[in-house]
Amino acid sequence: MGQITLQGVHKSFGQLDIIKDANLDIEDGSFVVFVGPSGCGKTTLLRLIAGLEDVTGGRILIDGQNVVNVPPAKRGLSMVFQSYALYPHMSVRGNIAFGLKMAGLPRAEIDRKVAAAAATLNLTPYLDRKPRELSGGQRQRVAIGRAIVREPKAFLFDEPLSNLDAALRVQMRMEVTRLQKQLATTAVYVTHDQVEAMTMADRIVVLNAGRVEQYGSPLELYEQPANLFVAGFIGSPKMNFVSGPPADQLGAATIGIRPEHLRIAQEGEGWPGTVSVAEHLGSDTFLYVDGGALGLLTVRGIGEIHLKSGDRVWLSPDPARLHRFDKDGMAIRH
Amino acid sequence: MARRVTARRMVVSTVAAWFFGGLIFFPILWMVLTSFKTELEAFTVPPSFLFFDWTTENYATVQERSDYFLHALNSIVIAGGSTLIAALIAVPAAWSMAFAPTKRTKDILLWMLSTKMMPAVGVLVPIYLLFKNLGLLDTRSGLIAILCLGNLPIVVWMLFTYFKEIPRDILEAARMDGATIRRELTYVLLPMAIPGIASTLLLNLILAWNEAFWTLNLSTSKAAPLTVFIASYSSPEGLFWAKLSAASTMAIAPILVLGWFCQRQLVRGLTFGAVK
Amino acid sequence: MATQQTQVLARGLLTPAVALLLVWMIVPLAMTIYFSLLHYNLLDPGSEAFVGLENFRYFLTDPAFLASLQNTLVLVGSVLAITIVLGVPLALLLDQPVLGRSIVRLMVIAPFFVMPTVSALVWKNLLLHPVSGLLAWLSTLVGITPIDWFNDAPMTAIIMIVAWQWLPFATLILLTALQSQDEEQKEAAEMDGASALSTFLYLTLPHLARPITVVILIETIFLLTVFAEIFVTTGGGPGLQTTNIAFLIYSQALIQYDVGSASAGGLVAVVIANIIAFFLVRVVGRNLEA
Ligand SMILES: Nc1ncnc2c1ncn2[C@@H]1O[C@H](COP(=O)(O)OP(=O)(O)OP(=O)(O)O)[C@@H](O)[C@H]1O
Ligand SMILES: [Mg+2]
Repeated sequence: MGQITLQGVHKSFGQLDIIKDANLDIEDGSFVVFVGPSGCGKTTLLRLIAGLEDVTGGRILIDGQNVVNVPPAKRGLSMVFQSYALYPHMSVRGNIAFGLKMAGLPRAEIDRKVAAAAATLNLTPYLDRKPRELSGGQRQRVAIGRAIVREPKAFLFDEPLSNLDAALRVQMRMEVTRLQKQLATTAVYVTHDQVEAMTMADRIVVLNAGRVEQYGSPLELYEQPANLFVAGFIGSPKMNFVSGPPADQLGAATIGIRPEHLRIAQEGEGWPGTVSVAEHLGSDTFLYVDGGALGLLTVRGIGEIHLKSGDRVWLSPDPARLHRFDKDGMAIRH
Repeated sequence: MARRVTARRMVVSTVAAWFFGGLIFFPILWMVLTSFKTELEAFTVPPSFLFFDWTTENYATVQERSDYFLHALNSIVIAGGSTLIAALIAVPAAWSMAFAPTKRTKDILLWMLSTKMMPAVGVLVPIYLLFKNLGLLDTRSGLIAILCLGNLPIVVWMLFTYFKEIPRDILEAARMDGATIRRELTYVLLPMAIPGIASTLLLNLILAWNEAFWTLNLSTSKAAPLTVFIASYSSPEGLFWAKLSAASTMAIAPILVLGWFCQRQLVRGLTFGAVK
Repeated sequence: MATQQTQVLARGLLTPAVALLLVWMIVPLAMTIYFSLLHYNLLDPGSEAFVGLENFRYFLTDPAFLASLQNTLVLVGSVLAITIVLGVPLALLLDQPVLGRSIVRLMVIAPFFVMPTVSALVWKNLLLHPVSGLLAWLSTLVGITPIDWFNDAPMTAIIMIVAWQWLPFATLILLTALQSQDEEQKEAAEMDGASALSTFLYLTLPHLARPITVVILIETIFLLTVFAEIFVTTGGGPGLQTTNIAFLIYSQALIQYDVGSASAGGLVAVVIANIIAFFLVRVVGRNLEA
């Protein structure tokens, strides 16, 4: 079991409020990702759950039990650090076994569990090496091995893949997801990479300046962002925002339209503009269009579009995909 | 650096470096040589450099006359004891400042450092009187206490700078793995910090071994370490150059060797990390 | 790592060190201050009386104080000058490609590990002795009358000994700093056509400014209280020629047994050291931010 509930969690360092009233319900077995800009409090929130920091206010429940006064070791969680935090003076075996040893398990059982974890992670040939004799990806797997061997109620990951190169990151991303599904253990995963967030998560928590902006499935966030921040943060390239007459017509302070939902239209249809930069990737074409009073608009077209800098274009937004926001930046729903 | 070094430059700098290095080292070399001469040869002008009758009788005489082993034992007990006790107090203190810092940690560290800068002579009188009244004059325990307190700031500082370099994550990982604070210290922190702890202890052993203010003022015979033992050779009695050299060689040999092993840490320790 | 439990534990672990140092600092200092206000002579027990600042007046107007202050400044100043003026070129030399550099390093650093009493006596008897010393022999070789260092130039002799002990320290610190200098920066300067001299003047010397400051401050702290070297060679003499403040206080306390004025002198020494410590702590403190 591994159900984690945050109720009004609040954290300040001295005068600074870093986490402001976080409420979350993380279901058992789900994969929840925290995303947000740098410094928004993702790591802090994860450390609060881990028990490495005290909450200033509020309650954290694990399987219904309030753990705010329970030390980290007794919460039954395990954590994978961004730096891996392997014990440099212990072998891979020693690293993976450490937690079991601390728990006082019998020798034979430790050996069996370590062997099983190593087999799952393809680490068996490296068991007697020291961490410094491993590659980045192997170290990463040792850190994961150390986390899974204890059969925790939940895994906590703090940007575990950010030190890996792009190719390895994609591979490890899939491995982590597969492992989590196979073990059916709750996972809380911090990242600032939205591709990681969108591909791995069952549900995403978007954090901004210590506040939970939205909590929902990846597609919910994409299709129904709750506010301007989420709308701008999720999706790449960023959503276009337009205010002024086109917004007024729709009864909104601001309207948003994603680059992939803007279409190159016939002359006279939609919004006029001039292409300032065109990026031809083959599979996609990105156009950065100067829309005059509308500002700079980004357009994403599938395949090759034969336009170049200086060309006049007309852009037509897909009306079904328009997002409307009121003057406080909150989404207007019908 | 794939820079080509011209042979000429190499030769010039090698010769110069060996010459000046030899010059600086010469007094020590000369002392060692003299210790193997007879008193007469040691006094003779012109001096002989290598071609004399090598003898070890001075070493025997020194032991006989002024009981080298007693004073060496005192030095070991006093320097070793004060260093060990300082470490026992300093390890927990450095741990707490490195891994659970508060707003005041920096002030506390700098304050500790400033106690090291108080000149010993400023408190000579009260310490001497306290020692006299408590019967601590010329006792090993008294000197251990004084040297321990004197070196405590340096030990704390050095350990602090070493601990600071250990990533906090690793200790937190141990905590997540269910280690208690005591196990976290013994299984994770200490093994990782062993090189730093060893060099801290070594450097402080050297400082305590060579300490020559408190030892000269607070001990005379029974607890006197080697610094005081050598000082007893300051009033000349007949021909004594060779014996002085033998005594001196014995007094510095152990610590010189240790010092050579930890010269790098010396910089770090004595400058409190201000030069790396 | 800031959970409450940890904080409480950490405070508990820090307390012994802080408490001990606090006692070590406050008790003797308070006693020194107290004694400095008393007429108190161990040879004249029972005559203790409160005399206000009389001891300070006595100590500061004593001709011996001025002489010893001057000696202290001469000793500190000369040794600093020698160790830095010789230390910089020596460090630069050792930073060059030298065959067997690690052995040369060992030779250069060795004097620092020699206890003060040994180095003073070895210099006095084996090197500087007017009859059998090595320097006397060398000067007769070139036809100069040997100098009787400890009678004719006692301060110079003390300065030589102390400078020999501290030159390794300065050299080692400067060398460490040199080795941390950015090699690419020097190469860039070379690409820019800078000569070796201007590289030294505009890159190396500024880089050494901080370690030189550190050397000056730390040596000063130790040199202000040079004691053993004087104790075993000249005993402060001839006359007052080699009496520095530390030795003066010692002789008032443990030779003349005048506790009161020795305490006053001790406080003067503390004040002088504190002025220097103030600067040192600032230099070191800046480093703590990193
Ligand atoms: N121990 C601390 N004391 C004071 N402020 C802190 C402390 N730890 C974190 N903060 C502050 O809290 C804020 C949130 O930090 P946090 O590490 O949670 O950010 P993050 O979202 O993980 O950022 P990143 O993506 O860069 O890792 C930051 O502004 C940081 O400066
Ligand atoms: Mg973070």
